[in-house]
Amino acid sequence: MDNNFGFEQIDSGYLDVLKEIGNIGAGNATTALAQMLQRKVDMKVPQATLLEFRDLGEAIGGEETIMAGVYMVVEGDIRGSMMFLLEKNSARHLANQMLGGFGDPNAEDFGEMEISVLQEIGNIMTGSYLNSLSDLTGLKIFPSVPEIAIDMAGAILSVPAIEFGVIGDRILMIQTRFTDDVDIDGFFILVPDLDSYHKIMKSLGMA
Amino acid sequence: MSKIIKVGMADLNICKSPDGITTLGLGSCVGVALRDPVTKIGGLLHAMLPDSTVIKNNTCVEKFVDSGLDELVKRMVRAGANKARLEAKLAGGAQMFAFQRNSDLVKVGGRNAEAARKKLRAMHIRLLAEDTGLNYGRTVIYYPETGIYVIKAVGKPEKSI
Repeated sequence: MDNNFGFEQIDSGYLDVLKEIGNIGAGNATTALAQMLQRKVDMKVPQATLLEFRDLGEAIGGEETIMAGVYMVVEGDIRGSMMFLLEKNSARHLANQMLGGFGDPNAEDFGEMEISVLQEIGNIMTGSYLNSLSDLTGLKIFPSVPEIAIDMAGAILSVPAIEFGVIGDRILMIQTRFTDDVDIDGFFILVPDLDSYHKIMKSLGMA
Repeated sequence: MSKIIKVGMADLNICKSPDGITTLGLGSCVGVALRDPVTKIGGLLHAMLPDSTVIKNNTCVEKFVDSGLDELVKRMVRAGANKARLEAKLAGGAQMFAFQRNSDLVKVGGRNAEAARKKLRAMHIRLLAEDTGLNYGRTVIYYPETGIYVIKAVGKPEKSI
């Protein structure tokens, strides 16, 4: 990959633009979630950060936090990884709610139905995130089929981290947290590669 | 009082008995633990990628299995370990998602584990045990006093190798 665009060009102005992207993307996705659940879901102010890999765990609330992570590879004009992470209890709660009480709220493991529902929720939410980003920038974005893993956050995040590790020593991450203050706690993480980052800026007239 | 030293992703550190050393939530990354059983100096590397020679941006030596192991051994020797006595244990290298599309990175977990075996062989360090592959994350704690490598995974009993 030819990068004439490097980390050194990333300043606070650029990070602000990425925050706004997180704002719009996650805003739409959170609305989609609120509609699915027919309840209010709050979104926190997005963060756009350039992180050392060793600080990644802290940034998402601890490497060992058990989370359900829906992961997709993004291709097209923008390339990178998109993740939707839900804290384990939130994931169980969401799955049960979508299954209309047919899930087992006390089960230790997630059943096939619950996993499938979570994958679909992830699909809808990341889809609406990426759609709004595509509308905003006019860039083509093609997400892959979503994959799900329920495991320690550090282990799940090693996947996009490794992808970014190929091109740099730090990871550029747009992170948005959403919560309903009771049952739901989760994150969106968009990790664009450096080329895409440049394209996003260009499409917004920033570069 | 013994303490447990924490190593992050793309990171390494050393410790001396009775202290232990840990890294949390290894996914496709590998955790390579080394010790000198005589001086009881131990070390742990949490590497993300197999090979520093095929990647341009490689200023961070801890990111790679090969350059990370070179650096770890160097630091252990500086702390008083004898290179000829070093022994290793290996964990991690899982494939977290069933189907990862980026072809360069397919089975990076397996390639990380293989790179660690190869590099240890090249450095003449014995690999005593490993717990690698499959599809789940691992938290590891290594005790240079005994050489015991404790492995924890979600929904699985804790084990020691």
